Amino acid sequence: MKIKTLSRSVDEYTRERSQDLQRVFHNFDPSLRPMEKAVEYKRALTAAKLEKIFARPFVGAMDGHRDGVSCMAKNPNYLKGIFSASMDGDIRLWDISSRRTVCQFPGHQGAVRGLTVSTDGNVLVSCGTDCTVRLWKVPRPTLEDSSVSSENFIEPAAEYVWKNAFWAVDHQFEGELFATAGAQLEIWNHNRASPVQSFQWGTDSVISVRFNPGEPDILATSASDRSITIYDLRMSSAARRIIMMTKTNSIAWNPMEPMNLTAANEDGSCYSFDGRKMDEAKCVHKDHVSAVMDIDFSPTGREFVTGSYDRSVRIFPYNGGHSREIYHTKRMQRVFCVKYSCDATYVLSGSDDTNLRLWKAKASEQLGVILPREQKKHEYNEAVKNRYKHLPEVKRIVRHRHLPKPIYKALGIIRTVNDSKRRKEDRRRAHSAPGTIVTKPLRQRRIIKEVE
Amino acid sequence: MLSWRLKLRNILEEKTLKDKKLKTQLASREKLYGKSAKTAAKIEKWLLPAEAGYLETDGLEKTWRVKQTDIANEVDLLSSRNQYDIVLPDFGPYKLDFTASGRHMIAGGRKGHLALVDMMSMNLIKEIQVKETVRDVAFLHNEQFFAAAQKKYAYIYGRDGTELHCLKERGPVARLRFLKNHFLLASVNKSGQLHYQDVTYGGMVASIRTGKGRTDVMEVNPYNGVVALGHSGGTVTMWKPTSQAPLVQMQCHPGPVSSVAFHPNGHLMATSGKERKLKIWDLRKFEEIQTIHGFHAKTLSFSQKGLLAAGTGSFVQILGDSSGSSSSHNYSRYMNHSMVKGYQIEKLMFRPYEDVIGIGHSMGWSSILIPGSGEPNFDSWVANPFETSKQRREKEVHLLLDKLPPETIMLDPSKIGAMKPSRRKEKPSRGEIEAEKEVAIEAAKSTELKKKTKGRNKPSKRTKKKKEMVENAKRTFPEQGHNNTASKKRRIGEDAAAELPASLKRFARKN
Repeated sequence: MKIKTLSRSVDEYTRERSQDLQRVFHNFDPSLRPMEKAVEYKRALTAAKLEKIFARPFVGAMDGHRDGVSCMAKNPNYLKGIFSASMDGDIRLWDISSRRTVCQFPGHQGAVRGLTVSTDGNVLVSCGTDCTVRLWKVPRPTLEDSSVSSENFIEPAAEYVWKNAFWAVDHQFEGELFATAGAQLEIWNHNRASPVQSFQWGTDSVISVRFNPGEPDILATSASDRSITIYDLRMSSAARRIIMMTKTNSIAWNPMEPMNLTAANEDGSCYSFDGRKMDEAKCVHKDHVSAVMDIDFSPTGREFVTGSYDRSVRIFPYNGGHSREIYHTKRMQRVFCVKYSCDATYVLSGSDDTNLRLWKAKASEQLGVILPREQKKHEYNEAVKNRYKHLPEVKRIVRHRHLPKPIYKALGIIRTVNDSKRRKEDRRRAHSAPGTIVTKPLRQRRIIKEVE
Repeated sequence: MLSWRLKLRNILEEKTLKDKKLKTQLASREKLYGKSAKTAAKIEKWLLPAEAGYLETDGLEKTWRVKQTDIANEVDLLSSRNQYDIVLPDFGPYKLDFTASGRHMIAGGRKGHLALVDMMSMNLIKEIQVKETVRDVAFLHNEQFFAAAQKKYAYIYGRDGTELHCLKERGPVARLRFLKNHFLLASVNKSGQLHYQDVTYGGMVASIRTGKGRTDVMEVNPYNGVVALGHSGGTVTMWKPTSQAPLVQMQCHPGPVSSVAFHPNGHLMATSGKERKLKIWDLRKFEEIQTIHGFHAKTLSFSQKGLLAAGTGSFVQILGDSSGSSSSHNYSRYMNHSMVKGYQIEKLMFRPYEDVIGIGHSMGWSSILIPGSGEPNFDSWVANPFETSKQRREKEVHLLLDKLPPETIMLDPSKIGAMKPSRRKEKPSRGEIEAEKEVAIEAAKSTELKKKTKGRNKPSKRTKKKKEMVENAKRTFPEQGHNNTASKKRRIGEDAAAELPASLKRFARKN
């Protein structure tokens, strides 16, 4: 006869010394845990509520400019600094952690329309309505900079005057060329006083320009004749060109998928395209009620931030039709430029009320050093919330955002307008021969044609 | 054998999700969870520290002939310490309860003796004499609090014996049980009323008049949190706090039901009746699986591994599932134990995570070894017999954060988190509404009107008042009759609408 009974020796199951960690044993048998689905649901609900409690996205504002902020540039080598330029020609370099101006770059006579930094971080290029392009030498950040709050004034390293006012500028990745947008698209070299190459199509001015991060010779531009054009520097004319119904204010390439670009349009939506096949948008991101002024991708390539004329900043997922987050303040007026910080934690917005605002990309994120246990708990909360986020109670809490009244009302009006359009469309289709009325999907509807 | 572990996976109602993107996202996520469940199950093979106990006999020897003295000879010293008899003849039959980790035990004698014992060190933590009859004892969420059902009311005591609360609303309580996930203290009192009270804030969640008379057979199904009452007519009814009518009524025995017990997996229920039969029921189909004849089991208990203990007189019989598969169950004799003739067994309870069964009887309490009854591997996050006070405090906070609302008690808890048609707050079906309506009407009819004096007590007025009360009770339930005619009209309208050509559809009558 063989008998064995359970006998646990205390030594095996408890720690030896008080400086050891406590011993933990696992048994994942579900019969030990009754009602675990319900407990998990309860945890998802609690996680959603906690996320809302800890959602404080606004970190701070940087004021100093005397006119509305028109453009910003980020230095890819130095996380703490951001360049911003205003409508009266004032260019500043800010230190984000102390939210103070490190140095100023005076010189422009009119509004500064474009600002960009070379990839190695040494040269700042600015262009404006006073028909000049100025190159500045960016001061190296030293240890003294953070403590000393003296404002330095830097002299431009080079100043090139040209025939027409400029609208935008962008620097090539890993190269010495930069492109300006004005009456035509012009390509410059740092050392030459006149452009080395220029592209022209039609008589309309080019509004924005952006170089591709993956292919240094490809750039995308948008013009005031409602077109988006992709140029290759090695060819003499445009590679691809589409004409849309409304003009595009800004373009951004996806840093992780460099063939995709997203265009911020005047009709309040952003259109994501595949650069190789531009006849149909890959995704339409609709949530803004007014023109989208600027767009920037996160370095992860999974999200982008947009700033709009309707006084709000929205963060969209790269493949989703609606925004994940909206940031707004009573004091923030028309947002003209946005940037996603290079560590994917912050979002900067420059607006008409002369302030630059710093926001957290994830509103309820705990900043600073997090212990590994805390990190695990945050990840668990995130995962359990995502598991149940489609169910009504959790969805209601997760989706809830406070909207400013004008935006809320405008969204309601847009919804009724779209509903009535759809109803009319359905009735037209019901009253006509089947197959005569064909609706184009939204991804194609806003594109008029592709021109070669 | 991994099939039961895959219960962790969420069953998605494919047809109710119209959003394709969400559907694919959920499908891929659930696949990931399924994979992680499988790897977690693989841990069982290699990483679990202990193995289950067993009792194997060779040759012609039968397992039920093995006596406790034989077991004591074969087993190590630590286990043989778990076999003992505590003789306390003065204080009446003892009822006992263990905490979830099996570390602490509360024993309550009928004549008022309450003792809180630490089972691992065999240390008496606190004993008090309340000088009243004590009918039942139950632990709350940990060993710091326990409840005792005394002569007139139920009381809640702290670990050091101080009386914390007197639960007056419940009346004289016959049985007390605690629902761990919901922090609800359920009790049935001498007039057959069922009370649920949330012990975190003290509010009475539900008081249900069962309408079936006095009973003191009450058990909680640990799988889904429903309370089962056994009645003197032989029916077993199951209750949840959010409805006044029972979830299920089963006619189990021709005579009164003596005792009910639930298997930890929630599918099996054992009932015993006064006609000396023990029946095993499958709760998924509400069908009887097995009947065992021969003795009248006054108390029943299931162990974590599925062994069934039945106690009658001074004889304990342990039944084990001899078929290995989980789909068919065949309970047969596994072990016996007969105690000294004068000891009448009052309550049997298996100790969690140990191969021990606690017996409360008329002369005190005892404990004997039953190899193979306890779960060998505990999970520190669920129940830890070696808990320090800091771990206990942390666990209490986490338990409170995970406290479930009483609406989650339902017969099939896997419906939570699934999509429609099952909503989290269950909308009562038509049958349930009818049942509740009848209960309300009965309650209205049976209320006693105050006898008025000075010539105001006319019989016509009394009957009129009674009719009014019944009408009011009916009015709280929406008229069922109206819906029929309305839906008939709508159906006619829809049929007519289906015949119209497509362009005229918008002129069809919409009701």
